[in-house]
Amino acid sequence: MHIPDGFLNTATAAATWVAAAGGVGYGARRLTRTLEERQVPLMGVTAAFIFAAQMMNFTVAGGTSGHLLGGALAAILLGPWAGMTVLTSVLVVQALVFQDGGLLALGANVFNMAIVGVLVGWLVYRLFSRLLGDKDWGRAVAAFAAAWLSVMIASLAAAAELALSGASPWGLVLPAMGGVHALIGVGEGLITLGVLAFVRAARPDLLALGAPSPKQEGAA
Amino acid sequence: MKTPSRRIWLYALLLALAVALLSPLASSHPDGLERVAEDQGFIEQAQDAPFEVIPDYVLPGVGNEALATILAGVIGALLVAGLTWGLARLARRSHAAV
Repeated sequence: MHIPDGFLNTATAAATWVAAAGGVGYGARRLTRTLEERQVPLMGVTAAFIFAAQMMNFTVAGGTSGHLLGGALAAILLGPWAGMTVLTSVLVVQALVFQDGGLLALGANVFNMAIVGVLVGWLVYRLFSRLLGDKDWGRAVAAFAAAWLSVMIASLAAAAELALSGASPWGLVLPAMGGVHALIGVGEGLITLGVLAFVRAARPDLLALGAPSPKQEGAA
Repeated sequence: MKTPSRRIWLYALLLALAVALLSPLASSHPDGLERVAEDQGFIEQAQDAPFEVIPDYVLPGVGNEALATILAGVIGALLVAGLTWGLARLARRSHAAV
């Protein structure tokens, strides 16, 4: 759902740039306080994986495709502030180097996918994990719900920006974006579950990295 | 702990790059937003980028499109990994300075 230039009007592009800059700046400040040394390489590898996975469009229905966004995955693996940084890096490189997503629309894309997508994924995962307890199936349900909802809410944010810009009326663009991303979100959920299951099998210690640790200053 | 785990990260990075090798198999259908923009008639509002580096995830100057796509994916994944790693290092440095 990378918005190209031309879809958004100036007011919406400017407002989302301000919101994105504010969110990324706040996230960066939180990151400097919470980031642990052992998370640094995982951030780089997660970013590389999400970039590559975003190229893997899968067909959902009727000649339409979608791809992983990775906001929930990054948030679950790394926590919200590192996850936000990872998604922002991916979106900036996509816009500057690959002409995927516009430059004026970069604020909206960062807001939708790096801020909304990551924070929704993180909050839903935390909420469901707490409700369902520390069981394998509970964590799986939590991760799927986090991934699905992160895509849904991000797509509705994009739809709202399109409606505010006058590209298409609210009553058309909201249900259309929500409908197609309800399907894409299922793919997001399945890929997120698959990657988390792989990480859990290969390096279960990494899955604890996103959890808020009781003593952040513990000896590394 | 640092030395033995370094090789693990190299393997993990190679695994992420391996995903890029599959990129020529990706669906070429329009994505969700493009589909909605086509259906609702605002797709023509899209403007061309003011400059192009590796447009459409196909490395320019490579004849074989599958290879050009794979190379674009590997370059992008390495760029993104490097940028993220650099930002993380920066965050760690300001953490130490506090």
